Amino acid sequence: MFEFFNKFFNKQSSKDIAKERLKLVIIHDRANVSPELLELIKNEVLKAIQKYIVIDDKLLEIQITRTPSEQKGEFVPALIANIPIKSVKKTEILNNEADELK
Amino acid sequence: MGEVYVITSGKGGVGKTTTTANVGTYLSVLGKRVLLIDADIGLRNLDVVMGLENRIVFDIVDVVEGRCKPKQALIKDKRFDGLYLLPAAQSKDKTAVSPEQMKALCEQLKDDFDFILIDCPAGIEQGFKNAIAGAQKAIVVTTPEVSAVRDADRIIGLLEAYELHNPKLIINRIRFDMVKRGDMMDIDDILEILSIELLGIIPDDEKIIISTNKGEPVVMDEKSRAGQEYRNIARRILGENIPIVSEEESLGFLGRIKKFLGLNNS
Repeated sequence: MFEFFNKFFNKQSSKDIAKERLKLVIIHDRANVSPELLELIKNEVLKAIQKYIVIDDKLLEIQITRTPSEQKGEFVPALIANIPIKSVKKTEILNNEADELK
Repeated sequence: MGEVYVITSGKGGVGKTTTTANVGTYLSVLGKRVLLIDADIGLRNLDVVMGLENRIVFDIVDVVEGRCKPKQALIKDKRFDGLYLLPAAQSKDKTAVSPEQMKALCEQLKDDFDFILIDCPAGIEQGFKNAIAGAQKAIVVTTPEVSAVRDADRIIGLLEAYELHNPKLIINRIRFDMVKRGDMMDIDDILEILSIELLGIIPDDEKIIISTNKGEPVVMDEKSRAGQEYRNIARRILGENIPIVSEEESLGFLGRIKKFLGLNNS
């Protein structure tokens, strides 16, 4: 009944919050990746991508999640990056294509 | 030749000692020869939970330091045939025993028992390494709280690293009223996160405290729900196929009516 009311009012139950928090913290524990390391990776990725694409670096998100692996039932940590593109640097691509044609 | 189990959790206070005492006691009631080893050196408690604190002469450190033979340090529980306790030392600390000594001790005693249950200290340091050194199987105890589940996950990883594969999980102190309200993680939530095999669920039961007060294992209390589940766990360890059910299912129709009317407080 409580479940019903919670759903009705679209309120997240405390156990769902617990589960979400746990999943995230365990992913970090398992992969032994600290937020600082993630920040370093983010900056490096940013640098590499910015050579070719103009991205919104304020909205860039990088996190570790769990994805199902090839083996059934197994979950493995995965690095997921969400990179909003503002525009593609046309000149770079044209230059590259020109290089390839040579 | 006996099987050596370690009962571990990472986090303290989730019920390792209670689990060791009760599962061990009931295995002996079922006719097995059982040795309980308290590996929590410096903070021994299995003796008081078992009600055997007044009978300690030698302890595990006396054994490894050669002051007595292993068998001289074993306390025979007079209430249960075939049940013995090897107490931890209280005056020493975790470094008083090494993993090699623990392993040798288990090897030496294994032939005399069907089961050796090792009560592991909280934490992941020396005491943990000692406790798991002699074990072939592991039981991980957790409660439905974020801190306990997180530590359980860490322990499962460490057990794997020490080649103790496929540990079994006991979820302790579950409150079905809170689960129903959505304020406590349920069994499936925890299994999804830890992805290990479930050995049993123990409902939160004040009879645990009452029986610990008296130094009598709760498995001997016929009316206790927690006791019932500990009995089931012991039977599952012996290979019996007893389904794991949550409270609602286990109560049955009459039970549910009683509960609805507030008659069932056990």
